[in-house]
Amino acid sequence: MTVSRWERVGTYVVLLLFAGYALYPVLWILLTAVRSDVPGQGGWHPENFLTAWTQGKFGSYLGTSLIVAVAVVALSALLSVLAGYAFGTMRFRGSGLLFYLLLLGVTIPSQAVVVPLYFDLRDVGLLDTYAALVLPQVAQSVAFGVFWMRAYFRSSSTSVVEAARLDGAGHWQILWRVLLPMGRPAVLTLVVLVFMWTWNEFLIALVMVTDEGLRTAPLGLRFFQGRATTSVPLLAAGSVLVALPVVVLYLFLQRHFIRGMLDGAVKG
Amino acid sequence: MAAGEPRRVGYLYVLPALAVYVAFLLFPLLHSAWISLFDWDGLTLGTWAGLDNYFTLFAEAGLRAAFGHALVLIVFFSILPVCLGLVLASALHRSRVRGLGFFRTVVFLPQVIAMVVVAVAWQQILAPDGPLNSALRALGLDAFAFNWLGEESTALIAVGLVGTWVQTGLTVVLFLAGIGRISGDLYEAARLDGAGVLREFRSVTLPALRPDIAVALTLTVISSLRTFDLVYVMTPLGGPGESTTVPAYEIYHRAFQSGQVGSAAAIGITLTVLVFALSAVVLRLAGGRR
Repeated sequence: MTVSRWERVGTYVVLLLFAGYALYPVLWILLTAVRSDVPGQGGWHPENFLTAWTQGKFGSYLGTSLIVAVAVVALSALLSVLAGYAFGTMRFRGSGLLFYLLLLGVTIPSQAVVVPLYFDLRDVGLLDTYAALVLPQVAQSVAFGVFWMRAYFRSSSTSVVEAARLDGAGHWQILWRVLLPMGRPAVLTLVVLVFMWTWNEFLIALVMVTDEGLRTAPLGLRFFQGRATTSVPLLAAGSVLVALPVVVLYLFLQRHFIRGMLDGAVKG
Repeated sequence: MAAGEPRRVGYLYVLPALAVYVAFLLFPLLHSAWISLFDWDGLTLGTWAGLDNYFTLFAEAGLRAAFGHALVLIVFFSILPVCLGLVLASALHRSRVRGLGFFRTVVFLPQVIAMVVVAVAWQQILAPDGPLNSALRALGLDAFAFNWLGEESTALIAVGLVGTWVQTGLTVVLFLAGIGRISGDLYEAARLDGAGVLREFRSVTLPALRPDIAVALTLTVISSLRTFDLVYVMTPLGGPGESTTVPAYEIYHRAFQSGQVGSAAAIGITLTVLVFALSAVVLRLAGGRR
């Protein structure tokens, strides 16, 4: 295909402009985070991160986020694998109906359920607990996870399963010894997506928790911002701390990320 | 393994996921539908209201405004990113430039950053003395230097432009994948017929991308309907003079701040129905491609 030189140059210009537009806020945050806390004073101030960490209590917020994210990821991956395996390889009465019931969950926006959840969890005394942060997010992730894992198990080769069965493996062994080791990429993609969704979730954490010790990182940033004394460089440093774990994960696993987001989004 | 063999043990595998799902998603949704039929402040006993809360959606000016703002945001979160995505993706594909992988990684980055962080960053960039206004003044465009988030006339547009920034990467990556599936022969044929850039775009790229465009539109519309963090953090209290209230914000505000839980639930159910209908459309259109 021949394309004129000028067209190609023009494309590069558009590409660079757009990459700059996409990167600018990210770079701005990074550069602001190492600027001086005192207006007008120059220099390089990486200690902002330390100040934000202690003054903004980001150590505690990130700790909570990590506990919540690990719990949500582990639980939803486990439940999704189990259910996805059954939906993908077995046939039982009502399996189609149950699957579509679960799939419906992908479309339920958290704003619609957060109101009754708040009152229900209050009634059973679960507000301000890890359970209130974890279980609603497991429920939302499982809806997508079952769908995602079913697609993998359906596509996994029938002959492998037949062979394992002939060797006398039961359904439990086939799942853990045969299919799951082969399905590592599918599980990995699920794990990174659920980690990102959980880490970035704002509304559930905002509603379910008033105890400062249970605030997750995005919420911590919001409250840090709300304090009148906060300087912009410290706020930027806090923002970097909140965004960094997912961004690093993204840069390492961006192929999985993009594929997962697009496939999941298109099918879900 | 398309069908699989009949096995009762399947129920046991499905049970844990189903239990959590029903308890923490499906039941709350049904409970929400029930609450939406009451006039309830969350504290005292509610009174039966029937469908009044739903009628209010159309009758109350503040709520109508919130849904109106949602429509405005759809232009910025959805229409604009789809148009930009089409132009960028087809230009990139046509010129076969290098560095596509880097570009794809960079434009998709806003999708993975927490909305709170996005909101904080843009709030500073759009501040009265922030980088945007400084740049405008430096260019002699003082007339365009606004207190973007502080004025009723510009706050919603400012939030919308941030949405455009977030969503464009998604559409570019989606369309690049779509264009990649188009056979090169089609482009060759168009060339032989003497088609120019625009003609080629209109008669080859656009028709072939139709399913991807439908998917992109639906996804971005859904996420614009769900927008909460961005609005809540960038323009607290619904913006100057409620200029940026959106349905998602109204749900939070009514349920947890102004004691109109029933009304909040009704907005939530309406939003769910909207999102569900749009998802059904995307599932149909995307399914037709395979």
